[in-house]
Amino acid sequence: MSGATQRLTIAQAVRDAMRDEMRLDPTVLVLGEDVGVDGGVFRATDGLIEEFGPERVIDTPLAESGIIGLSVGLAATGFRPVAEIQFMGFVYPAINQLFSHAARMRNRTRGRMTTPMVVRMPYGGGIHPPEHHSESYESLFLNTPGFKVVVPSNPYDAKGLLISAIRSNDPVLFMEPKRIYRAFREEVPDEAYTVPLGSASIAHTGDDVSLIAWGAMTRVCHDAAEVLAVQGISAEVVDLRSLNPLDRDTIIGSVVKTGRAVVVHEAPKTNGFGAEIIAQINEHALMHLEAPVQRVCGFDTVFPLAHLEKLYLPNRDRVVAAAKKTMEY
Amino acid sequence: MPRTTVYEAVTQRLEILDLDGQVDAELMPELDPNRIIEFYRNMVLMRAFDNKALKLQRQGRMGTWPPIQGQEAIQVATAMAMEESDWLIPAFREQAVMVLRGIPGHVIYAYWAGDERGSAFPDGVRCFPIAVPVGSQWQHGAGVGLSLKLRGEQAAAVVFGGDGSTSEGDFHEGVNAAGVFKTNTVFVIQNNQWAISVPLSKQTASETLAQKAHAYGVPGIQVDGNDIFAVHVAVTEALERARAGGGPTLIEAETYRLGDHTTADDASRYRSEEEVEQWRVKDPIPRLRKYLEANGLWDDEREKSLEDEAREWVDAQVEALEAMPPQPPEAIFEYMYDEMPPHLEEQMAALKAEVEG
Repeated sequence: MSGATQRLTIAQAVRDAMRDEMRLDPTVLVLGEDVGVDGGVFRATDGLIEEFGPERVIDTPLAESGIIGLSVGLAATGFRPVAEIQFMGFVYPAINQLFSHAARMRNRTRGRMTTPMVVRMPYGGGIHPPEHHSESYESLFLNTPGFKVVVPSNPYDAKGLLISAIRSNDPVLFMEPKRIYRAFREEVPDEAYTVPLGSASIAHTGDDVSLIAWGAMTRVCHDAAEVLAVQGISAEVVDLRSLNPLDRDTIIGSVVKTGRAVVVHEAPKTNGFGAEIIAQINEHALMHLEAPVQRVCGFDTVFPLAHLEKLYLPNRDRVVAAAKKTMEY
Repeated sequence: MPRTTVYEAVTQRLEILDLDGQVDAELMPELDPNRIIEFYRNMVLMRAFDNKALKLQRQGRMGTWPPIQGQEAIQVATAMAMEESDWLIPAFREQAVMVLRGIPGHVIYAYWAGDERGSAFPDGVRCFPIAVPVGSQWQHGAGVGLSLKLRGEQAAAVVFGGDGSTSEGDFHEGVNAAGVFKTNTVFVIQNNQWAISVPLSKQTASETLAQKAHAYGVPGIQVDGNDIFAVHVAVTEALERARAGGGPTLIEAETYRLGDHTTADDASRYRSEEEVEQWRVKDPIPRLRKYLEANGLWDDEREKSLEDEAREWVDAQVEALEAMPPQPPEAIFEYMYDEMPPHLEEQMAALKAEVEG
């Protein structure tokens, strides 16, 4: 343990997590489109092929179902593949392999076979890309039992959560907030460390209203909390980090303390994961609520192209307005 | 500039045993007579296993069952050519290969009778669970073949599927990736001519399925799938190539599903009895029996004794199936994750309380 740290972006922290685990565990492989020589379209696998070679950093044919199908075969026979789906908007062709096989192998074989694999997927809007590059499909995977679903919001968590995901004996969907891949740097330890899956963090402490989010929306909530503070409202930011398993105790603890909550996500509002969080709050903290829980979400529409995406994405002012609504109820 | 031929391909078909039990002496592989008898014995056992399941289904003691009648030669020859270190990745009509690979018959029965323990195979049996989502398993064949290659194991992944499944994108992706990575994979298509009610002519305009291998840069061959010697030769060649790191092979084994798609199907709705009769004369079991008899390896007495053995073995599988204790309610929850998350603990406790009243 050197205790040394470096200031890294989320993308670099993701890369370091894979590099460290590949050094520690020869069964860890990386595969996907452009992950090798190109180092990934977001450079999240930069340098891995140079260190580990093309047998462990595998450029696959351009076929999402194939990437996951190969991963199922590899994972069930002793490897720990870390597969990359280049954008979450491209995951649909792989859904059959993910839902019908990766998520079910342990259960259908009564634990005799497992699929310890990670599927990394950059998700979400805000980078002005072409069509199908901005989607947030977490709800699909959260209503399909058998996966863990993890979303980091900062470089430290990105490395620690990804290492936990790679070491997990369950298939893990690792959603990477591409909008903030390089938005800021943080001190990240050089050594391998874990952030446990299923544990939320209180990213900012407050007393009046809980802002509950994950991934890139955690940053939006931080910004909103600063504005609210100026207006005399003390907001707490709950960064879920892991959507399944969900750290219900931290959510409920925060809401019991503040009595108010706003859930923020990029995915469409209706049937989004925010609805589940509100249902959990209702089941476990209803009598502590001072106001109905608010949601600031994507609209129930197709994700717009670059010109309109700013209007679609939840922003600081909408979160501030929703928080004030709970205060004024 | 002239037009030039940039690619030409030939696809071969292999047949060794004719309908009268005569073999092509030049093509006939060297096989110990006891092994040939074992081919026959296993086909008879597997047909009895299949017939018993159909009876159980009619009696309400079995769920939906996909019969293999007519397809025994492919499965028996493949299973017997495989080593313990090879992996099997079945689709859903490969009961015979699975049993011959070491999965107890009653376990296979349990799967189709509606019990998850039907995919809990004994330790050391390298076999994927049955794949119902059509064609999805082709990809696992490529993945397991890659896994074996990366580890430097002298072993092969043998993946099965039907003719209909070659229309799925996963077939293309799987064979394509296997070709690119030169994986230790043997792809076996059981072309039984019908995908429920849709004939092969409506699946593809290709004259054969074997020729599709050319498009992936992979060796391909068509065999008479009702000729156990032809299957043996093709599968053995492919296994040796795969184990030696020589890359994948695509085998189209042409056969016929003499029964319905499953017990929930009525094949008379879409195909004629005349067509079925044309294939019944190609049944792999009587064909091999003719060979055995012509070579002094079989007689009525041995047949009678084999029938008795088959009945006893199959009855023992039914007995073992019906002796399985029921799964407790917890079995729904216990295998979802490595460690049970709190929300499942709660749901499991609620169900237990409900069941226990």
